[in-house]
Amino acid sequence: MSSSELDTLIGTRWKKPPFIRRVWLRSALVLGGFLYLVLAIASVEVNWSRVYEGLERGAAFVAAFTTPDFTTRAADIREGMLESIVMTVAASVVGILISIPIGLGAARNLAPLPVYLVCRGIIAVSRALQEIIVAILLVAIFGFGPLAGFLTLSFATIGFLSKLLAEDIESMDRAQAEAVRATGARWTQWINYGVQPQFMPRLIGLSMYRLDINFRESAILGLVGAGGIGATLNTAFDRYEFDTAAAILILIIVIVMALEYLSGIVRSRVQ
Amino acid sequence: MATRTLPDGTRTWRRFTPSQSVVRWMGWLIGVAVFVWCWNRISESTTWFFVWDAPRIAGDIISRATPPKWPYVNELWWPIWDTLNIATLGTLGSLVMAVPVAFLAARNTTPSRFLVRPVALLIIVSTRSINSLIWALLLIAIIGPGVFAGIVAIAIRSVGFCAKLLYEAIEEIEQTQVEAIAATGASRWQVMLYGIVPQIMPALAGIAVFRWDINIRESTVLGLVGAGGIGLQLSASLNVLAWAQVAVILLIILAAVGLGEWVSAKVRGAII
Repeated sequence: MSSSELDTLIGTRWKKPPFIRRVWLRSALVLGGFLYLVLAIASVEVNWSRVYEGLERGAAFVAAFTTPDFTTRAADIREGMLESIVMTVAASVVGILISIPIGLGAARNLAPLPVYLVCRGIIAVSRALQEIIVAILLVAIFGFGPLAGFLTLSFATIGFLSKLLAEDIESMDRAQAEAVRATGARWTQWINYGVQPQFMPRLIGLSMYRLDINFRESAILGLVGAGGIGATLNTAFDRYEFDTAAAILILIIVIVMALEYLSGIVRSRVQ
Repeated sequence: MATRTLPDGTRTWRRFTPSQSVVRWMGWLIGVAVFVWCWNRISESTTWFFVWDAPRIAGDIISRATPPKWPYVNELWWPIWDTLNIATLGTLGSLVMAVPVAFLAARNTTPSRFLVRPVALLIIVSTRSINSLIWALLLIAIIGPGVFAGIVAIAIRSVGFCAKLLYEAIEEIEQTQVEAIAATGASRWQVMLYGIVPQIMPALAGIAVFRWDINIRESTVLGLVGAGGIGLQLSASLNVLAWAQVAVILLIILAAVGLGEWVSAKVRGAII
């Protein structure tokens, strides 16, 4: 800062510089945002008397968390939870197994262009479609039951894992891979000893994370008939059995927390 | 690292010692057994007759869905506007709740590490582990179906995500700037406003846009349980098996998701 600039500043009070410097852009953004908010809030119809009536039920639901009812529907809850866990485990295993070759194929430094494009296409399709929409379509095709949920979760796992795996492989250290290749290794040996050790820690970490996501997703697949705890939960809400719903939600939260804790341990061990 | 002696007396390199190999094989065996058991359970509760019939049904659905019924788009503009509002207002609402929670959860700003921090972390975990569709189900039971339930569901669901990323950003701030502000004699709130907030502002904006992108995706399906948006039309069309309308809705959802991702990538590129 030159001394003349300093001279003009002396005696004036410091003001926080604005986040966006250009005045017209700033005012346009503020005005546009304000206009949008007004329009959006005006278009939302809220039945306040209904909301007010609902507050009582909301309080009942919060109170239900202090007295969760695990026993009345114990058989339904056990079956649903077991089905959710079974779907999660099977879908994670199949998803991981399929996503490894696709991840390898989607890494530009390993795969030739045609393979790369095909694998990236699979990833894009899998990521663009949400689990619940895929589940609806698969239930329509394969019928109700956990098979549709299993296929949905496997499909979603492929998009998630392959993409992150491919990015990890693309940023790997070339020197190690080339050293293995220089020993005269075959392609499979090259992948196995030069590339795999580099992405393995991250793959294990991501797989644990995906297991966690799959369990959370499996809880809603039941809403569209794709198996799991979601159907039981939906029934509980429909009948206003808040204490049973609270019990299911507590179980979900506990399992998710346990999975997160477990994945934290696994990740700190492999990295 | 281990070596193995071949019958002719030479020694070769192996990756694992024998005991390591045994442990690994046991691990694989247990893993495979668990998977087979899971698969058997899925297989038991599957009607395989329907599965063998699946290719024919899939072909049937595709033939009914093509060509998509394009004039139906005109009935979708209002639901799309609702969907956008659910995502945007829901994200704004979640930020209002997430910022205080994040400050209470961050180790360097929490007022009490043993009382307040665990509560904040519990809020973060519990809102994050329950899907927005379940929140929507719950809120519909409480405040009735409609767009408002969707907005609140998205807002609550996003609190955990935003607060978690934000408190990690707060924990990573540079302490020297905070100390410099504190050294001028600033009060606790002034330190927060001038020492901490400017440092986390880029992170906050990035998180907001990132979550908005995810919320666009989630708000498109909230209507399936009655919480407003384009999902309502999807569920209505599915109920009457109007596959040509379903195709239009799915294409619109894909376009909206793509647009959301593009906008969020642009904005994040401009911020960071």
